[in-house]
Amino acid sequence: MIFYATQRFVLSVVIVMVAVSILTLMLHVVPGDPAVMILGPRATPELIEQTRVAMGLDQPLPVQIVTFFGNILRGDLGQDVFTGRAVSQIVFEQLPYTLILITVSILWAAVLGIALGCYSALRRNTWLDTLTGVISVGTISIPSFVMALYSVLLFAVWLRWLPAIGAGEGVWDGVTHLILPSFAIGVSWVGYVARIVRASMLEVMGQPHVRMARAYGLPDGWITRSHILKIAVQPAVTLIGTGVAHLFSAAVFVEVIFARPGIGALIVQAVNERNYPIVLGAVLVTTGIIVLATLISDLVIAWLDPRQREEL
Amino acid sequence: MTDATQGPLPEPGLLARSLRVLSGNRTGVIGFVLVALIVGSAILAPWIVPYDPTAIMTGPRMAPPSAAHWLGTDNIGRDIFSRVIAGGRIAMLVAAASLTAALSVGLLLGLIAGLGPRWLDNLMLLVFDALRSFPTIVFGLAVVTIIGPSLYTVMLVVAITSVPIYARIVRTQTLALKNAEFILAERAMGVGLPRLLFVHVLPNVLGPLLILASMDVPLVIATEAGLSFLGMGVRPPTPSWGVILNDGYNFIRNSPWPVIGGSIPIILVTLGFTFMGEALRDIFDPKLRKAG
Repeated sequence: MIFYATQRFVLSVVIVMVAVSILTLMLHVVPGDPAVMILGPRATPELIEQTRVAMGLDQPLPVQIVTFFGNILRGDLGQDVFTGRAVSQIVFEQLPYTLILITVSILWAAVLGIALGCYSALRRNTWLDTLTGVISVGTISIPSFVMALYSVLLFAVWLRWLPAIGAGEGVWDGVTHLILPSFAIGVSWVGYVARIVRASMLEVMGQPHVRMARAYGLPDGWITRSHILKIAVQPAVTLIGTGVAHLFSAAVFVEVIFARPGIGALIVQAVNERNYPIVLGAVLVTTGIIVLATLISDLVIAWLDPRQREEL
Repeated sequence: MTDATQGPLPEPGLLARSLRVLSGNRTGVIGFVLVALIVGSAILAPWIVPYDPTAIMTGPRMAPPSAAHWLGTDNIGRDIFSRVIAGGRIAMLVAAASLTAALSVGLLLGLIAGLGPRWLDNLMLLVFDALRSFPTIVFGLAVVTIIGPSLYTVMLVVAITSVPIYARIVRTQTLALKNAEFILAERAMGVGLPRLLFVHVLPNVLGPLLILASMDVPLVIATEAGLSFLGMGVRPPTPSWGVILNDGYNFIRNSPWPVIGGSIPIILVTLGFTFMGEALRDIFDPKLRKAG
């Protein structure tokens, strides 16, 4: 297990490094001066020169990449073009909002999805099983930003049950402001999770070790919890692990639509201002988190099911 | 098509097999019908729109649906139905162009990774994994900062983020085929690489790839609509579903119709292509069919 974990960890670090290189190289692949492109057509020659020096663009490319990696290791992601504040500081100010949003969304998806999936696997071909099937296809087919728009329309404009703007102040206000946005992201995943849990539960239920447990006369509930569910949630764990990338994409829209602070809102604002250092820094941090999430989900699966540890 | 009366053991023809699968598959039929409707209306858009999609004040502002305006009008009195149809043309254009590009590049890179030396394979896998670890929209926004928002930026973003997925599949299939007995036999007989590729590898790889691509259309369309919604894709006044939704979002407290009208086609496209992809999979590759 420790060997496997180390292997996976090293691979993740390498992937993040490649991702960083792709993002930095992207600036140089496009013809033209990156400083001009970042600042836009209105920039003065002095400002362009200043930016070139500030971003190290006057150095040769290999030197730039090495310096960039060095800076990242020291936690330095560059400076905001306009205010000169450290990008890392700006990004980490916004990050908690997005992380909370995504975590609560996963909770919605996991709790509703696993419950629905289990229930429809255990009570196959009942009306609830059919209903779950319909809900699954329905929620999968609606992109999260459309879901967010409908949530605003239904719960905030028509029913006026929940607030739809901002992050709220204080704990209780914050929670009420979190319900709609996180639901909008999470509900798209309920269908996926439910379908996958149902399919894999049906598969696991027929496996020899489950029949064995039955033959020993172990109670049904205990078999379900410790023999079936433990294996059957695996695809769902993988899905959530690889799905974190999609969750970040969804968070961009949801933060814009619900006017919430967060990484997504930060990136959109930075793109509008053509503030590339912030865009780059924010993309780096999200990519790092996504790779970490994939790593964790792989390790969780290896821990749940020792058979998976040998594969890499 | 095979004639059933000729030959000793006739294989059911493609058409016969399609009809048999579809006859027991209601969602598949719905999928094909929806896709035909959407693609048809996208091709015929300039001739079938009741109003000019960019003309303002074709009726009262923010009117609910009526006989004159099937999906109502938006905040400056444009006909939403006409805009939705015209937006479908943009969405289909983006999907067709970017998926074609992604498929060709993915096919090429996948073959190289599968047949090339081990180090190249590992390097490419690493780059694919790195590209896949970017969230599509976030990566798209980074590209927009560099080359500016436009229809072509959207296509480029979709192509770049889809290439790794296709390339990986081609690679896996190629690797599996590389050591298959019939390929080894052919190589032992001195068959050249081009013939191996075109006669044996490509036909085996292309089917699953096309089915996957058809199921990816909704993702592409969601990306286009999403970027345009944020003002980072297709620029107004060009009608894109994302632009329509953004206009609707800005006036959501005044009228729900632009949001409803702009979202219906996105939902229908997703359902249509997903159902069609599933049916195609059943027709072409019954082995992949999941036992319920």
